[in-house]
Amino acid sequence: MERPAPVGLGMSARKSTALSDGLDEYAGEWTTTEVAHLLKRTLFGVKVDDLNYFLGKTMSEAVDELLTATPAPTTVPLNSYSSNGYTDPTGVAAWDTWINTGVDYPDSQMNTLRLDSLKCWWIGQMLNENRSIHEKLTLFWHNHFAVDTLLHITDIPARPWYDYYLILRANALGNFKQLVKSMTLSPAMLCYLNGNTNKKTSPNENYGRELQELYTVGKSPASLYTQSDVEAAARVLTGHSVDSYFNYVFNEGDHDDQNKAFSTFYGSTIITGRSGASGPAELDDLLNMIFNTQESAKFICRQIYNFFVYYNIDANIESNIITPLAQVFRSSGYDITAVMSVLLKSDHFFNMAYSSACLIKSPLDFTLGLLREYQVKMPDPSDNGSSYSVWEMILQTTASLQQEILRIPEVAGWYAYYEGTAYHELWINSVTYTQRNAFTDLMITNGDMMNMVPMVIDPLAFASSLASPADPNLLISESLDILYRVPLSADTILSLKQTILLGGLTTDYYWTSAWQAYTANPSDPVAKGTVFNRLQTLYKYLMNLPEYHLS
Amino acid sequence: MKRRQFLRNVIPASAIFPSLVNGFTVKAFGAGGFFESLYGAADNDHVLVVIQLSGGNDGLNTVVPLVNYGEYFGLRQNIAIPENKVLPLAGYSKSGLHPVMTGMQQMYNSEELAILYSVGYPEPNESHFPSTDIWLTGADEDQYLTTGWTGRFLSTTYENFPVGYPNATMPDPLAIQIGSVLSECFMGPGGFTAMAVPMDIDFYNLINATTDPVPNSPMGTELTYIRTVARQTNKYADLIVSAAAKAGSQSAYPANNDLAAQLKTVSKLISGGLKTKVYMVSMGGFDTHGGQVQAGNTITGNHANSLKQVSDAISAFQADINQLGLGKRVIGMTFSEFGRRIMSNGSAGTDHGAAQPIFVFGQPVMKGVLGNPPDLPSTLDSSSTLPMQYDFRSVYGTILRDWFCVDPTDITTMLYKNYQYLPIIESSACTVEQPPSTLGDKLIRNDPNPFVDSTTITFKTAGGNTLIQIFDVSGKLIGVPVSANYAAGEYTVVFYSGALATGVYYARLQNGSTQQVRTMIKVPE
Repeated sequence: MERPAPVGLGMSARKSTALSDGLDEYAGEWTTTEVAHLLKRTLFGVKVDDLNYFLGKTMSEAVDELLTATPAPTTVPLNSYSSNGYTDPTGVAAWDTWINTGVDYPDSQMNTLRLDSLKCWWIGQMLNENRSIHEKLTLFWHNHFAVDTLLHITDIPARPWYDYYLILRANALGNFKQLVKSMTLSPAMLCYLNGNTNKKTSPNENYGRELQELYTVGKSPASLYTQSDVEAAARVLTGHSVDSYFNYVFNEGDHDDQNKAFSTFYGSTIITGRSGASGPAELDDLLNMIFNTQESAKFICRQIYNFFVYYNIDANIESNIITPLAQVFRSSGYDITAVMSVLLKSDHFFNMAYSSACLIKSPLDFTLGLLREYQVKMPDPSDNGSSYSVWEMILQTTASLQQEILRIPEVAGWYAYYEGTAYHELWINSVTYTQRNAFTDLMITNGDMMNMVPMVIDPLAFASSLASPADPNLLISESLDILYRVPLSADTILSLKQTILLGGLTTDYYWTSAWQAYTANPSDPVAKGTVFNRLQTLYKYLMNLPEYHLS
Repeated sequence: MKRRQFLRNVIPASAIFPSLVNGFTVKAFGAGGFFESLYGAADNDHVLVVIQLSGGNDGLNTVVPLVNYGEYFGLRQNIAIPENKVLPLAGYSKSGLHPVMTGMQQMYNSEELAILYSVGYPEPNESHFPSTDIWLTGADEDQYLTTGWTGRFLSTTYENFPVGYPNATMPDPLAIQIGSVLSECFMGPGGFTAMAVPMDIDFYNLINATTDPVPNSPMGTELTYIRTVARQTNKYADLIVSAAAKAGSQSAYPANNDLAAQLKTVSKLISGGLKTKVYMVSMGGFDTHGGQVQAGNTITGNHANSLKQVSDAISAFQADINQLGLGKRVIGMTFSEFGRRIMSNGSAGTDHGAAQPIFVFGQPVMKGVLGNPPDLPSTLDSSSTLPMQYDFRSVYGTILRDWFCVDPTDITTMLYKNYQYLPIIESSACTVEQPPSTLGDKLIRNDPNPFVDSTTITFKTAGGNTLIQIFDVSGKLIGVPVSANYAAGEYTVVFYSGALATGVYYARLQNGSTQQVRTMIKVPE
């Protein structure tokens, strides 16, 4: 895949915020607007049923439920790739799993196919998420521990990448220190950032650097770790490696058992060298030292804020939101659920004049959100071939929109979450915007298809799922509750109704009678076509407007 | 009565009705032939302006019958136009125009207007939406088509659209809808063939007709950003803006007349040099169930106001087009989804009806009244509607053949059947011989075409998931001969039509965000 350099237009004037709100628990209105805001940020799109379900809860109950971890996946990635004469060289039959089948040797063709299978399966996890932030938070951590599997297609097999996903997921709502520790010792990461060759005789600084720069304390002006801290951390991490089956091993003989001295940024900590089987315990000492800095908590809180609220973090947001949030994070012992709960229940998060409708949908949010919100019909879960075809279509779409899972272009993450001043605006440029419109047009008209499996919006099914499709005013407002976070003016809504649903007329009853004619005789092609056509035009139009890309 | 020549059959019968087999011309699709010299909508500079009057226009009060005025008056006394107020037409005494339509009366008298009586379709549908769809798509009463008649014309003429467009031959939008939402008449088998342009051609509003103002907030910042990108992505935006700026000096249009404002924009774009073939404008307010006229003064009221807007707008537009020197390039037509009942109702209004008179205007139009004032026997009841004299698709077909100079064999693939051609357009309109152009990048073709049993589809893919779907004219998916990952290159696949009926089929290629549609014709052995 080509990797265009990030180009920020830098055209949007950023204004310094003058907010008085903060992290106090929100006690205001709990209407469709607030529920949709919360759901758009924590799930991939808002389904009608979800909106109604959470309207029946309090704000606090809703956030608590969304922050509840969901069970681990009940399926595993399958051999979706034995076709066109290709067979798995290790003997895995079509539609059997290739996970833990013995031989994982990194044959690059097989590995590419297995990684595609893994990516598709992961897409499936997101597409079929429950009423929980779990999958979106897993994606957030994926961006945090960003990897591009193609760079190591010849020397890291697919199975460790599957384990990598499981580690992200298992810890997504858990303890961040534990997540960092598990990731540090994961075979995928050990191989990806060269920890597996980090030995006392030939230290490799790569992971020791990224651990600090990217995963924990970050690179803000207040993050004053030094090159000697990188070297010392690398020495702490010596000996952790993988065996020839890509299982984790600790090679005592490769571990540097001398003391490691850190800079004043870390309080001039000395990590006492340990030898033999106790060598790995130095990692706990290292993480305790790192997480003892306020900067670690702040860095992660900024990342969370950027991903779930907005990217603009000025001095005011820093002092009113980030700093107290970091305090919560640290005092909870880096409990991710605790910090998410405070943020998502806060006055600031529900300050609709500031925090709503300002997040440009990521390609995954855009694509999965569309499919989930319209409840696009998916294959029967038992039909593996069809399911993988749909997931592959989604994968290809998001990849061309510059967000392919397991193919993150930089170790710092997708450009939109770290690059300069443009941030999320980097998702949208003249190429990707055109592609997004082409995708929505395709979905609302002919649909996409792969291996004969269709993926297409049924505007009639969507309208039917709303409470009052026979009333053109309610049909539009209830559709907008799901599809839009940017409010449209009454004039615009009236114009949409008259131009599209009423065909230039002004009597609401004409739509109502057309809808009733359809529901009375759904198989009549003219009655059906009449409402189908107008709904198709309405939804196509709504998805073609810039407003659709904000959540 | 001297306009009898208008009804003369000026075209040889054999040309009007090419030999048909199951509705499809056998002569079709080969090289050579009588109409070869007429070929080429893509090459001439003709423009059509379609004016949609939404709601169902009351034809009997628009073109008022005089030859049987007594019957007319008897059937709708509470709304009838007084006989002495009806505007006469020069040289034609059977009917006249509503008293407010002075502008169009003058156009008729200066040979810029044709009136067609009782245009409709068999088995008329009296509901707004289905009948609107029928008019816009060219469907039969019991048929639902997913493409519009203009969309089929444009996507057949501008081969391979949208891949490879804009290009040197067609640098401009194929069609323009004034407004914000595209009419389904512009839907082609490969997607919309038109661009929506708001009345006031504003640089930033051009793309997003819906441009609610943004608040000073993060949402406002991001929305402004995306709107800016959206505008940059519209490859036609700059052309439209610069055409509007280049337009010649326009003559006056009536104020407070929305239709006039739309037509003024159309004139501006034509004058500014756009090669766009079809413009569509629209106006509502014709659904006159009640209060169609003011009690006691039947030449005033809602319908009179609407007709005055129509007549004032069209006549101002025609005058402007004439003074801009564009008179030979532009014709227009009006239509509504239906006419109204013959008898008025008790609310000083009329209910939904069937056939209606339509207007075709412009210098190249043959002045005259086509057809006869409807019979109005006193035995009619309140549910009686006007029977059709002309199928609306005859009007479309005639415009395609005699104005856009489309080969009649191609018209069959655009309208799906053969319809009678009507003498509406001056016969000199299509005399310039120009070779057909191959336009755009051809990604999918089939041979032979037409075919009897099977045809070989050749397609180009840029690699990745590649899909070819075969649809019938109602949008029903017939088959999927290709659906797999391909390496970039050119491939062929044979499509066997089996027991499929003869007719038009669309082969739709999709590869990434690229799509292109090929029209394939199945003919009998």
